[in-house]
Amino acid sequence: MDVKDVKKENILPVSSMPFKTATPESDAKGSGQASIGKAVKINGQIFSKEDLYIDGDVEGTVELHENRLTIGPNGRVQASVRAREVVVLGAIQGNVEASDRIDIRKEAKLVGDIKTARIVIEDGAYFKGSIDIVRQEAQKAGATAAPAHPAAAAPKPVAAGAAVGSSPAVPVEVKR
Amino acid sequence: MLPDRFKGFFGESSGNNPGRRSSAQEEKETQLERQSRGLEQFFFNIRGVEGLSILDLGGAVQENIEFIANLGHRITTQAFLQTLDQAFGQGSITQTDPAQIEAFLAQQLSFPDQTFDGVLLWDTLQYMSPALLAATVEQLHRITRPGCYMLGFFNSDDKGLSSPNMKFRIAKTNTLHLSQRGQRNQAQPFNNRNLERLFVKFDSVKFFLTREHLREVIIRR
Repeated sequence: MDVKDVKKENILPVSSMPFKTATPESDAKGSGQASIGKAVKINGQIFSKEDLYIDGDVEGTVELHENRLTIGPNGRVQASVRAREVVVLGAIQGNVEASDRIDIRKEAKLVGDIKTARIVIEDGAYFKGSIDIVRQEAQKAGATAAPAHPAAAAPKPVAAGAAVGSSPAVPVEVKR
Repeated sequence: MLPDRFKGFFGESSGNNPGRRSSAQEEKETQLERQSRGLEQFFFNIRGVEGLSILDLGGAVQENIEFIANLGHRITTQAFLQTLDQAFGQGSITQTDPAQIEAFLAQQLSFPDQTFDGVLLWDTLQYMSPALLAATVEQLHRITRPGCYMLGFFNSDDKGLSSPNMKFRIAKTNTLHLSQRGQRNQAQPFNNRNLERLFVKFDSVKFFLTREHLREVIIRR
């Protein structure tokens, strides 16, 4: 039996390595997207034309207009952020604009105002700020289109105590 | 320069969110669905108008954000109770220091005058000491526009000052999904008279009494 035959016999049909669930970190390493490690601190402006994974400290601005930004569990970003998609596992302090979606995971913290088309906030995430949902039709209409939500519009006062459909509840009201 | 609300943000490690409960406590959550006349009235009052600014003091809840956003409104969320626990600890005994109260409100309600057209208070106000509560209501009056509606829930069981700590998720305009996460001590009992006095600066107060010892209140600015 030569050496070649011995090698073939020893090949196992399945891997002995445990299965690994995909994580943003493993995605970052696998797909070749840019990555800022947890021991890195950056102070300034970041522009990227590829997906970016931040697990370190960043202060300033982060812009990835057509790409995805992932803040890893150790990531601490104190910056205004603009990207197509933002996934937060760590902490962001600053306003976030995501043209497609923002995903705030369970252990994440975000303090700032969000402007996005879609948002997912897992239970347990800490979020403080305002959310502007920009409808995708409005986005497609172009950058010159009017804002989707004229938030400053004055509310239309409605008479208090007005009946609600066939509601059987009889409210007690104190009018001044 | 970053606004006040950002201060101290990185004070603790990520994942150690303020006021967060342990996973064991979260597992104990029990879910129930209930009709809410107060919620129905709230949405009835803001019907037919888009682009309103709504403040939600119950923290970031996916269902509520989606519901409000789908109505075409802008939503601002504040994790009021989490920050309350972080600032004063659980219980209302320490909620009396004027400087601490001022700092807490500067962190939570530092919005420009007349910013909001609607406020979802849920049950947050019933866990505050009289001093903190009065100051909070004063701030709510300042940051809401005339004609604004607020929805609040108050436990109406006078026998005990402990009430279920709830997370409120909007299912429909008149239906809520409630998740109970243990009990919490109320700072004071609430009846109609107390509530009228509390919101004396507001235009009107409307009560809906429910079978579960819960008083739903709609306050109009």
